[in-house]
Amino acid sequence: MALTNEYIQQRLQEKFGELVTGVEQPYGMFTFEVPKSHNLKVMQFLHDDEALGFRFLTDLTAVHYPDAPGRELAVVYHLHNLAENVRIRLKVFTAVTEPDVYTATALYQSANWMERETYDFYGVNFVGHPNLKRILNVDEMDYFPMRKEFPLEDQTRIDKDDDMFGRGGHIN
Amino acid sequence: MPRPVRFNIHPKQADIHDNIAIADMPAGLQGEGYFATSLEKVVGLARKNSIWPLPFATSCCGIEFMATMGSHYDLARFGSERMGFTPRQCDLLMVMGTIAKKMAPVLRQVYLQMAEPRWVLAVGACASSGGIFDTYSVLQGIDQIIPVDVYVPGCPPRPEAILDGVIKIQELVHNESLRRRNSEHYKNLLGTYGIQ
Ligand code: SF4
Repeated sequence: MALTNEYIQQRLQEKFGELVTGVEQPYGMFTFEVPKSHNLKVMQFLHDDEALGFRFLTDLTAVHYPDAPGRELAVVYHLHNLAENVRIRLKVFTAVTEPDVYTATALYQSANWMERETYDFYGVNFVGHPNLKRILNVDEMDYFPMRKEFPLEDQTRIDKDDDMFGRGGHIN
Repeated sequence: MPRPVRFNIHPKQADIHDNIAIADMPAGLQGEGYFATSLEKVVGLARKNSIWPLPFATSCCGIEFMATMGSHYDLARFGSERMGFTPRQCDLLMVMGTIAKKMAPVLRQVYLQMAEPRWVLAVGACASSGGIFDTYSVLQGIDQIIPVDVYVPGCPPRPEAILDGVIKIQELVHNESLRRRNSEHYKNLLGTYGIQ
């Protein structure tokens, strides 16, 4: 039997009930949200269940929504069922003041470096990660560059004319 | 209608002297059986025409450099036949491409490993100023970490421009005083970069 979005949704809601929210299907990809306290339980279920079998973590990243108080940081997991070739997307939200999310490294080895990258750029603190330190940026960097309060441009160069270089703009 | 094509029907007889460049003799005192000039000029002449470049190519500008080294533009015509891939043997550090901040200590290490006298050519907008990458992860010009002798503008510069940069370096090498490297001025310059 093919693994349909409806079936995945039905199984999740049977198991977790009200905890599964924000269900949508952008471009046909099943997407849902769970509280951050349950990210591991849900992924464990998706991983272990015979019929679901999401045994591969394709991608893990974060998004910063500065205008959503209490839900500023979204951590996004892309899971893949290799046998059925079905992909789903799982999101958890956390406050930027308390960016603690449980690590998925015990479940998926591939989460190790991707969580380091997410920490590097967004400052998400993955609780229980074996080696949570910067992976791509220089070690001396003291901020999280993809958070929207930080300017994209390098601030060390002072001889660049802001008008000519399009600096000083803001997304809002 | 005549074709807009010219056939090379009257080939010139090849003359070996067209293909060999001979450096001009430095000014000096000449008589029968002897020639006297200052050592500095001879050393400058020798250095100038046998610069060993160390290519440090990290991105797109490196592709232009490959063309510069290739047979069409042929950097070898200027005495830079041999690329050295160890900094210890090289005179000219050619930095071509975007230098990320994480790469900066590596570049500096390479510069430190080169023996004096050493020259640096920054090729392209990225190496000179960060170029289009006005962003948190990219070094805004290699002159923030090592001294640069000649900048070649362009994104990327054409091979002719790179050759021009090399010729500018050659002029520097040729005219530089042998004692420049011991001068206070030079030591202060390196001192501002924290290099002993
Ligand atoms: S200056 Fe332009 S061509 Fe050269 S490395 Fe930078 S982006 Fe590439």
